[in-house]
Amino acid sequence: MMQIPCIWCGPRDENEFVCGGTSHIARPAVEAADQEWGEYLFFRDNPKGVHLERWRHVYGCGQWFNVARNTVTHEILHVYRMTDVPPA
Amino acid sequence: MSGHKHWSPAWRDAAPKSRYDVIVVGGGGHGLATAYYLAKNHGLTNVAVLERGWIGGGNTGRNTTIVRSNYLYPESARLYDFSLKLYEGLSQELNFNIMLSQRGLILLAHSRHDLDSMAGWANAMRMNGIAAELLSVAQIAELAPALDLSPSARLPVLGGFCQRRGGSARHDAVAWGYARAAAALGVDIIQNCEVQEFVQENGRVAAVKTSRGVIRADRIGIAAAGHSSVIAKMAGFRLPVTSYALQAMVSEPIKPVLDTVVLSPGTGAYVSQSDKGEIVMGAMLDLFPSYAQRGSFAVTQAILAATLELFPSFSRLQLLRQWAGIVDVVHDSSPIIGPTPLPGLFINCGWGTGGFKAIPAGGWTFAHVLATGVSHALAEPFQLERFISGRLIDEAAASGIAH
Repeated sequence: MMQIPCIWCGPRDENEFVCGGTSHIARPAVEAADQEWGEYLFFRDNPKGVHLERWRHVYGCGQWFNVARNTVTHEILHVYRMTDVPPA
Repeated sequence: MSGHKHWSPAWRDAAPKSRYDVIVVGGGGHGLATAYYLAKNHGLTNVAVLERGWIGGGNTGRNTTIVRSNYLYPESARLYDFSLKLYEGLSQELNFNIMLSQRGLILLAHSRHDLDSMAGWANAMRMNGIAAELLSVAQIAELAPALDLSPSARLPVLGGFCQRRGGSARHDAVAWGYARAAAALGVDIIQNCEVQEFVQENGRVAAVKTSRGVIRADRIGIAAAGHSSVIAKMAGFRLPVTSYALQAMVSEPIKPVLDTVVLSPGTGAYVSQSDKGEIVMGAMLDLFPSYAQRGSFAVTQAILAATLELFPSFSRLQLLRQWAGIVDVVHDSSPIIGPTPLPGLFINCGWGTGGFKAIPAGGWTFAHVLATGVSHALAEPFQLERFISGRLIDEAAASGIAH
């Protein structure tokens, strides 16, 4: 079981959390074309390697935060706030 | 009797030629079926299947071997029932025993809401010409006496429905049967051959660079399931796919106790018994992106807990093996079978958690578009373009079970 370090509560078991998918996806303008809206809603990088993703500590503090995690090893590389800039 | 000696190889392990008419990337069930139907239905025999590891070693060897066609929308019902019909004739067609066992598939209703939605679901199937029967608790007791059907059960069973044509097939035999039949028609099956790059000429795909050299082709098809996004990235485009681990497990083998397939959509658990006697269990996805073929212990626990609520008598069994496959999940839980943004390159992906049952139809329709350049009628609704137009075939929201 993964141990996820919540930025507020510290490391907890993965089943206290829910993954909210890819972080840092910018919402297009209302007048954007269908192509752009489709890309925004459905298309993802889905990397085999480091993935920047949102998690919520549902059965804890209830807060959202960002995680940089390797999708092959499940190693967690960084944890950062929703408003922080993504790690390089 | 020769004491299991002197077996001849079932199919030819080929070395790559420099050029093919069609290359299929991925030697799982879908890739091998595609190659077979390219040769059988379209007369294209200068075809190669490129497999990174060994054939049938990805999701084809990691599923729970269930076949069924209990879908809600007409587009899905047509496609998946075509697949089940091909499965029904496949042992004859391939002259290879795929051990198809149409032992029936029961879905359990644990609440009044489940009963209502299952009545709607079974009726939708009938409207699509696929037999489905609503079941009383007494009928379920007859079909699966090992289930805990007591009113005090943690997951009380109020009824359910059944697709009697559903069941299971031997997964390795499906891969090997298609491989054997395709190789006999002249298809090259090339293992340990990883695609590393696509070569483009005049705005079209012209060749693949692989771990075993450059191979040219007029048309290339991707059938790589959970690794579809990785392959698509090499070709310069993205897919509406997220890869997740879907796990399954088996107990030690025991004497026959369950001769049907039981699904509990409320918990996600589904249980059957293999011909070897193992209790085969699966359930929900590990709901975070993953390319690790192992699965998380948190979900293993949840699957086992749900299974034991349904079948308390299984509590003494020892778990023999647990594994995961990487599945390509799209938002509407429907597949993508057709062209990609790169001319000459086609894709068959997005089957998510339900690719095994779809192998014959996936292969048939993918071979059609690779051979003719035009989508098969059954595959027309299942194009990449639907994620731009919004014309989704939303089985995910419709039936509420993993597909």
